[in-house]
Amino acid sequence: MDLSQINPVLLIASLMVAATPLLLATIGELVVERAGVLNLGVEGMMIVGAISGFAVAVETDSAWLGFLAAAVGGAVLSLLFVLLTQVALANQVASGLALTLFGLGLSSLMGQSYVGIKPPAMARLDIPVLSDLPVIGPILFRHDPLLYIAILIIAGVWAVLTFTRAGLILRAVGENHDAAHALGYKVVRIRIMAILFGGACAGLGGAYISLIRVPQWTEGMTAGVGWIALALVVFASWKPWRVLLGAYLFGGITVLQLNLQAAGVAIPVEYLAMSPYVVTIVVLVILSADKSRAPASLGRPFHATS
Amino acid sequence: MIVLEKRPQPSRGWSMSTPVLAVLATMVAGGLLFGLLGKNPFLAIETIFWEPLFGEFASYYRPQLLVKAAPLVLIAIGLSLGFKAGIWNIGAEGQYIIGAICGAGVGLAFYPLEAWYIFPLMVIGGALGGWAWAMIPALLKVRFGTNEILVSLMLVYVAEKLLASMALGLLKNPQGFGFPGSRNLNDYASATSWISQDVGLHWGMAAALIAVIFAYILLNRHMLGFQIRLTGEAPRAARFAGVNPSRLILFCLGASGMLAGLAGLFEVAGPSGQITIDFNANYGFTAIIVAFLGRLHPIGILLAGLLMALTYIGGDIAQGNLGLPAAAVQVFQGMLLFFLLAFDLLTNYRIRLKTREVA
Amino acid sequence: MNIKRRSLLGTAVLALSLGLGGAALAQDKTKVGFIYVGPIGDGGWTHEHDQGRLAVEKEFGDKVETVYVENVPEGPDAERVMTQMALNGADLIFTTSFGFMDATINVAKKFPKVKFEHATGYKRADNVSTYSARFYEGRAVQGTIAGRMTKSNVVGYIGSYPIPEVIRGINSAYIHAKKVNPDVQFKIVWAYTWFDPAKEADAAKVLIEQGADVILQHTDSTAPHAAAKEKGGVYTFGQASDMSEYAPMPRISSIIDNWAPYYIERTKAVIDGTWESTDTWAGIGPGMVGIGEFSSEIPADVQAEANALKDKIASGEYHPFTGPLKKQDGSDWLAEGETADDGTLAGMNFYVEGIVGDIPQ
Repeated sequence: MDLSQINPVLLIASLMVAATPLLLATIGELVVERAGVLNLGVEGMMIVGAISGFAVAVETDSAWLGFLAAAVGGAVLSLLFVLLTQVALANQVASGLALTLFGLGLSSLMGQSYVGIKPPAMARLDIPVLSDLPVIGPILFRHDPLLYIAILIIAGVWAVLTFTRAGLILRAVGENHDAAHALGYKVVRIRIMAILFGGACAGLGGAYISLIRVPQWTEGMTAGVGWIALALVVFASWKPWRVLLGAYLFGGITVLQLNLQAAGVAIPVEYLAMSPYVVTIVVLVILSADKSRAPASLGRPFHATS
Repeated sequence: MIVLEKRPQPSRGWSMSTPVLAVLATMVAGGLLFGLLGKNPFLAIETIFWEPLFGEFASYYRPQLLVKAAPLVLIAIGLSLGFKAGIWNIGAEGQYIIGAICGAGVGLAFYPLEAWYIFPLMVIGGALGGWAWAMIPALLKVRFGTNEILVSLMLVYVAEKLLASMALGLLKNPQGFGFPGSRNLNDYASATSWISQDVGLHWGMAAALIAVIFAYILLNRHMLGFQIRLTGEAPRAARFAGVNPSRLILFCLGASGMLAGLAGLFEVAGPSGQITIDFNANYGFTAIIVAFLGRLHPIGILLAGLLMALTYIGGDIAQGNLGLPAAAVQVFQGMLLFFLLAFDLLTNYRIRLKTREVA
Repeated sequence: MNIKRRSLLGTAVLALSLGLGGAALAQDKTKVGFIYVGPIGDGGWTHEHDQGRLAVEKEFGDKVETVYVENVPEGPDAERVMTQMALNGADLIFTTSFGFMDATINVAKKFPKVKFEHATGYKRADNVSTYSARFYEGRAVQGTIAGRMTKSNVVGYIGSYPIPEVIRGINSAYIHAKKVNPDVQFKIVWAYTWFDPAKEADAAKVLIEQGADVILQHTDSTAPHAAAKEKGGVYTFGQASDMSEYAPMPRISSIIDNWAPYYIERTKAVIDGTWESTDTWAGIGPGMVGIGEFSSEIPADVQAEANALKDKIASGEYHPFTGPLKKQDGSDWLAEGETADDGTLAGMNFYVEGIVGDIPQ
């Protein structure tokens, strides 16, 4: 065992990359849930985003267009969820699960001719001086642009929810849709926009895996990240900045676990691999002392009886 | 302009006919998909829906439908109790795994002793295992108010790692030449859940049927069932009516965990045979869909479980006979779920054409 | 036990009649079925088996018909899917994952006329053969190259699950790396998955960050290659597939599962009526284990050395596990000149001397 082999700077830098897909998917779902809708289809939207982004990036040779396509792809799939839950008023839990099933199948069909292809690379940030700083350089100034965009999205969501009228309306819709409706807000329209935003973010998160983190296309490559994103929303108790904390904690434990193994720490691997989940439960218990709670209308269908 | 009007009572007629409509719509949409993939759509649809039931080898496939449906129904019945009361156990997959580990563990501890009491003890072990795993989110919710969706979901991943550890360590077959996986319980007469392997019947099917009947009686004839329904429909009224929410949480999560654990035990001691690294096959998650497809009603769940099983088995046949990719079958299943969910609208709402009033 | 035997006989009679009905349908074409554990688009294990299936189609043209079912979970579904294939008139069925072992044996009992071939298992019957590849022979070549190429003397190894197959590979690679480079050290990370690109990429990155400049993998995705390419100056080897899209850097060679010759040979045996139950454990010699092309990054003398080793293994002149070898705890395993027997290799659950760390239990 030699813990000095673990370089904390590289550890932090790589956990940031490992956490970014999670971050993107989670912040999208957070907005959806803040509007009072529970979409369990994150995994499905992510994987469809992963292949849409990958295919377009390969065809156009542009990672940026790929990410754009991923956002569109995720949003289009979430449109199905909109149809089911907002128009046909179907149960949200079941619709979300069906969306995941559908998305996984659809992505495999779409990706049949993209196995074993390398996508175009995305240049990393390289700011003279800043990127070369010791410690801070690799952690803060040497990543791909999407990683920063993900953090900007979090900041944006936080600002909109906290300071703007639009954010206030969104929260009102999530807390009490009947009251919001009585005040003249278009509950369904606002929810549709939130769901589309969530789909776009999940799509981006999926494409981050297929275009940057791995990068390649293989069936089922999101491997459960979408489910963890759902967990993280609750972990973050529906607060944007806590998403950042939670995602880094989660990504961090996964990367640390592999680091400890490579450094030869003799802990049973299965139990190490369990640790992020156990820690989440523990943190969750601690957080539940906090009074933060779910949006009151979460998961309940809304039908305007006029 | 088209408007929706809530029916005062869900329409009986529509609730019976929407599933049929949904299946028909799926056939059309699925047929289009298969056609696009260059397969004969009529043949594909026939293979999926007809072949397992009335095809050449239906005598083999029909019992297989029950094999596939039994764990789904068993788990979904348990989940539906909680879902009705607004208690969300998303982690049945984990409870299923732990039930299988505990049940198989009890059986393997007795190996090679042959005795009548081994299988009953395994059943108790499986039930207790699933129950205990579900008690973790239940107790945390009652004591600390921790969200049960998240805790039960996290425990699925913990259970999966535990399963890998068991298959590679404690429960590994000592005569398996170092390969992962336990002894095969099908080779251990006292520990198998098959009633008759020829016909393809095992105790899990009996348990699923009993669970359906039990749940039906509980929900319609029993005070606890009334409390469950009341809590789901009007939580505040339920509190005034003296419903103890903590007791309800412990009961609903416990019952669903127990049934999921039982499903795991019957599966590991029967169709699966052994504990392996990826013994779980997503039954716990699929059962959530089954519960909703069945409209959280015991009989509905039974039918929904059979329908899901049909698409799985028919899908596998279509893969083998027609070369349909697995992904296409998955998309097809997704479509079926979408249509079933969407058409449910007609049960609860009336669609009216209305001329726009000039204000 | 007795009750079970009898009931199985009953099933056999029932299924026999069904099976004959199915076989009649197949007419004169020989029908060959394949059961895959993953999707054919996994770019690794299942992909290579499917390449073998396509080779069978190409070889025999109209004389055969192949069918496959992908993504079959190891468990209750496997038995049903195999039965379904047999009922529909398959003459020969390849079940391509270790976890299908018991299911294969069960179904084979019910269909004595259908031939079964189970990959990587150890249970056989009159109509069940087993086949597997001696990947460790390829690992010996890989280890040699790795030992020569590493500058940091740290070789990273991504293991899937701690099972004999994987442990054998680690030992073989280590022994031969050590032979050409006494200072070499192996860092082993268990990913606990056969296939999870994101996790494999993370594992590769971690190994690279901790100083490894050669990465060997026993997982199936190309993610570690992509991670290595990004870091630069790190060498990798293709696993299962050639993964030549990452050549010449970082992928400098590969171990390829080449099932095609075996599948063609066995299909031919069924067509000719000469099929018999056998246990095949073939390596580089018969071509079941292929060594992917060496990239130009490998210096000529190392290429020559690796080729010489490959040829000696192929001809049977050299066995990768030849004494003197000690186990990790220092106890004697093989005496000078002694070679390991297949039984020990099949159930290998120990590291050889020099590897640091414990096998997770």
